[in-house]
Amino acid sequence: MDTKKKFNLSLGQLTIPIIAILILVVFNLIRDPSFFSIGITQNNDGNSVLSGNLITVINGASELAILAMGMTLVTAACGGQDISVGAAAAIAGSAFVKILKSGDSISVGTVILAFLFACVVAMIFGAFNGTLVAVFKIQPMIATLILYTCGRSIAYWINGGATPTVQSSIITAIGGFIPGIPVPTPVIIVVVVAIIFKLVFHFTSLEILTQSVGINGSAARLNGINSTFIKLLSFIILGVCVSVAGCIGVSRLGLINHETLLIDIEMDTILAVAIGGNNLGGGKFKISGSIIGAYVIQMLTITLYAMKVSSTDVKAYKAIVIILLVVIGSPVVKAKFEKLMTKLRSGKAKETVKGAE
Amino acid sequence: MKRVKTLLLVFTLVMSMVLACACDSKKSDSGSGNQPAANTGNTSNAKIKVGVVNNPPSESGYREANVKDMEAVFSAANGYELKTSYSLKNDDQLQAAQGFITEGVDYLLISAAETTGWDEVLKKAKEAGIKVFLFDRMIDVDASLYEAAVVSDMAKEGETAVNWLLSQNLPEYKVIHIQGAMGSDAQIGRTGALDEQFASGKMTKVIQQTATWDEAEAKKIVESVINGGDDFNVIYAENDGMAKGAVAALDEAGITHGVDGKVIVMGFDCNKWALRELLAKKWNYDGQCSPFQAQIISDIIQGKRSITDKVIINEEKGFDAKTLTQADIDTYGLGE
Amino acid sequence: MKEDVLLTMRHIEKRFPGVLALNDVDFTLRKGEIHALMGENGAGKSTLIKILTGVYQMDRGEVTIEGTPISIHSPQDAQNNGISTVYQEITLCPNLTVAENMFIGREDSAWIRHKDYEKRADEILEKLGIPTRGVTQLGRCSLAIQQMVAIARAVDMKCKVLILDEPTSSLDDKEVNMLFKLMRDLKAQGVGIIFVTHFLEQVYEVSDRITVLRNGELVGEYPVEQLPQVELVAKMIGKSLDELSNLGEKNEKAAEKNDVFYEAESLSSSQALPFNFKIHKGEVNGFTGLLGSGRSESVRAIFGADKINGGTVKIKGENVKITRPIDAMKHGIGYLAEDRKRDGIIAELSVRENIILALQVMNGFFKPISRSESEAFADEYIKVLNIKTASRETPVGSLSGGNQQKVILARWLLTHPDYLILDEPTRGIDVGTKLEIQKLVLKLAEDGVSVTFISSEVEEMLRTCSRLIVMRDRHVVGELKGDDLNQAQVMKTIAGGEA
Repeated sequence: MDTKKKFNLSLGQLTIPIIAILILVVFNLIRDPSFFSIGITQNNDGNSVLSGNLITVINGASELAILAMGMTLVTAACGGQDISVGAAAAIAGSAFVKILKSGDSISVGTVILAFLFACVVAMIFGAFNGTLVAVFKIQPMIATLILYTCGRSIAYWINGGATPTVQSSIITAIGGFIPGIPVPTPVIIVVVVAIIFKLVFHFTSLEILTQSVGINGSAARLNGINSTFIKLLSFIILGVCVSVAGCIGVSRLGLINHETLLIDIEMDTILAVAIGGNNLGGGKFKISGSIIGAYVIQMLTITLYAMKVSSTDVKAYKAIVIILLVVIGSPVVKAKFEKLMTKLRSGKAKETVKGAE
Repeated sequence: MKRVKTLLLVFTLVMSMVLACACDSKKSDSGSGNQPAANTGNTSNAKIKVGVVNNPPSESGYREANVKDMEAVFSAANGYELKTSYSLKNDDQLQAAQGFITEGVDYLLISAAETTGWDEVLKKAKEAGIKVFLFDRMIDVDASLYEAAVVSDMAKEGETAVNWLLSQNLPEYKVIHIQGAMGSDAQIGRTGALDEQFASGKMTKVIQQTATWDEAEAKKIVESVINGGDDFNVIYAENDGMAKGAVAALDEAGITHGVDGKVIVMGFDCNKWALRELLAKKWNYDGQCSPFQAQIISDIIQGKRSITDKVIINEEKGFDAKTLTQADIDTYGLGE
Repeated sequence: MKEDVLLTMRHIEKRFPGVLALNDVDFTLRKGEIHALMGENGAGKSTLIKILTGVYQMDRGEVTIEGTPISIHSPQDAQNNGISTVYQEITLCPNLTVAENMFIGREDSAWIRHKDYEKRADEILEKLGIPTRGVTQLGRCSLAIQQMVAIARAVDMKCKVLILDEPTSSLDDKEVNMLFKLMRDLKAQGVGIIFVTHFLEQVYEVSDRITVLRNGELVGEYPVEQLPQVELVAKMIGKSLDELSNLGEKNEKAAEKNDVFYEAESLSSSQALPFNFKIHKGEVNGFTGLLGSGRSESVRAIFGADKINGGTVKIKGENVKITRPIDAMKHGIGYLAEDRKRDGIIAELSVRENIILALQVMNGFFKPISRSESEAFADEYIKVLNIKTASRETPVGSLSGGNQQKVILARWLLTHPDYLILDEPTRGIDVGTKLEIQKLVLKLAEDGVSVTFISSEVEEMLRTCSRLIVMRDRHVVGELKGDDLNQAQVMKTIAGGEA
């Protein structure tokens, strides 16, 4: 594996998100160096766990990172985004809780069963979105608008009650910490999901097929690629991500409020994909970019909270920073920048020539 | 490309039809304004027609209980014919109310999503001879436009909670205040009393942030305070969900809470699960705004209760973890 | 003489990562002159033109117009200096009307008066004899008309320098003549025209002067009378002609004896009327006919590229069903599509990824080609087909047209097809590459691969095919082989004069 070369190539796309993270880090270092202090505290369950703002950022961004991975795939294949991930996560979370509450006690088996059920439900809804997009060729945003609108009502029907709760040490462990492991479980789940994506790309030809479909659907078809299937598949994979995110969201507090679970996360997810340097019009993609994008967004939020910015204002500040990031990452600005660089270089070259004369 | 165009076309068509319908219904309203009133006179033997415009039961445990209560009281067995419409959006609610007026209900019961924009509709109802009751939430209209308003006094609810907090006689009050969706009645009422304490200096505001009823957001807010190293001993969350989010942050940071804990936890709404937290002494206080207004309205309709004051304040409760019993949970707890 | 000079480019140098695209190139254009810019793919023609039109910035050199040095930093600059371009690939907006396309981006006032523009457009179109109207949606016009609208737009902008980059590659003879008349008219008005084309005859028909580039360097500038066609080709590719014509023998007779590989009976698709067709193992045959005669549609039906409506298909004598491209691929059929940009390349993917794509699809979803394997494949074919690319990871979209075509050829060769359909594989490609591709076709046939070849250039088909199926108005109207395979007979059959 020619990893060095690969890294260089990918850096082009990852420049903006990495610079964004660095700027946030430097800003926080100047503002308050203790922002990055990581400590170990004894939590109320008696476990020693990592704590600090950085842990909060990495932990809090888990759902966003997982959704961003799936969204990247949908974006690449379909050239559009799924705006129903928040609502679908509420449905998946409700399905998860439904199974958990069906028995008298919650065992590991119940949790696994509940998770699988949530996956199936989310995949069905993913397939629904995917069918609208891939078969009926409806623009993704429009197609997913349907579930975006009615998803949370569906979530309500599943459990009826407004905020059903589940009490279980297993659920607490999933949403918080596994006894003996100081790293938050959601963070571990993100790593696992990322590894699964890596493995899927390694053991299937999903990556090249998805990119081909996204870049040139007509050519892809003439090369025997079933673009309908690829698009559908991307939505189903996103469905799995949605159910993982939904289950984490539920497990964090042991309750599901279908109205607020992962609310507004769809926009953050799309932003994470965009900040990651992925073309929202489809085509080439980098999952790693989207993951970094997710942490950029979360870091920004937590920084603003740490600065005691009012949470109503947080959104406005976030918007400003994100506009900046997206504009800086836009092809226009990139081209301008490159032009400037070549000009500077040629200017220097001319000077040296003159000097020689 | 073509398909998108077709879709857009269809969309536009549908939209224009909806708009046309909306205009039509308005016209027909003004045209046949007095008919329902005539009906009311003639149908004294028939069931009383009640139209309820409410928020959807999925909104919260409070609303769920509220909707169930309405359905139970205005049942066919009690001599009512109930029509309902649930929406979180004011516009939808206005349309639904229009619809009920056109259909010719006898009574219109409204819990509005927003306090404004109702003048027109209520005037039409009045012209049509339909009696209007407001429940749960007030609307910004002239009092002559409705018979009575059975509402919760959110401000009183906040006062009750703050008074309870003061009665704990802590040496100092360092409060994390997690607010609900800004501008909502519940938020304004539950914030008011606490703001007075902050202003008077009896309590110290460690942070005051809105989490927009979002549990996860509440957790983030408390986490940021913990990470920032600020000291606090009270969490005042404006609903149970956000209190639960806050407590999750405390648990992860190893900060004790509840009766005999370092931090006092206060929530609102009295969900059964929240009251069970109180019973387990993990939380300290839960305030309730009563979702049960249907019986009062029914009594007025049936003449069992006379209106002395147009605004009838529903009784509010507050539970202390030290005195809460399982019976309280069964009686007053919302949800399951 | 001196004051006639309209445009000069001196000592132009342009470097791309890893490639010196232009090295000290001079170019001079005079008033009222049609100047052919010739060279193989990668010779630097496109780069030179893109510098002139502000798409690229030169690294060194100077440009003057009527003696005044100018700097061109954007297409807008170029336009302001009176330089207009009509590109090889249509760059207009198909969803706007012809009139909108002619005036878009150059409205004189803020108010767009559609009626006025449509009227003006109609006048210009009529003057130029272009058979369309201002109100027509551009996308509904044929490619030829779209091209001419692009020219009309440039003409109307009162340009001093008009650049025509492969303007004739999708026009038929009548339309070409129309265009040439237009070019001569403009020449008479004093416009300097830079004409880039691969059709040598056309160069000699209209041009006054020829500048030849090779490998980014200037070979020379010649008045057209002083440079016979043979010498031009030799200068372009830097080889002697003997070498070129040595194509190898067609094995016409041999193929007939072989088994039939593919046979279709009344095959029809949403685009193609029912037709019969067969090809032997190791045979090279071709579909010929004018643009729109149905030749491309027929081969698309063979590959299952359009919706199949009916017919029976046999491969090696066995009945098979081919309704999707993947079916055809699984039966050993490869298809290089006519429209390279739309149906061929995946522009943003690398050369390597483009090469392995078809094989990857055939291998299936769960058998990805490993990185090292794909690198080996890519390197092999880059070498075998002599693909000029900075590296195997270069996005294929940044390669020149000929090299893109080679990448797609490599893609299909990698699948080791039994039957390869090549639809216009040599369009927009330089002479050298054309010959390479023709040689390759004959070599494949020798190895037992059946090839169906489509080209607008009859001469090219005569050199490679042992059997020609002639189409007119979506019907097969004749089949030529043996002694009938000559230019005159083909023309006669296409034109329908045999009856």
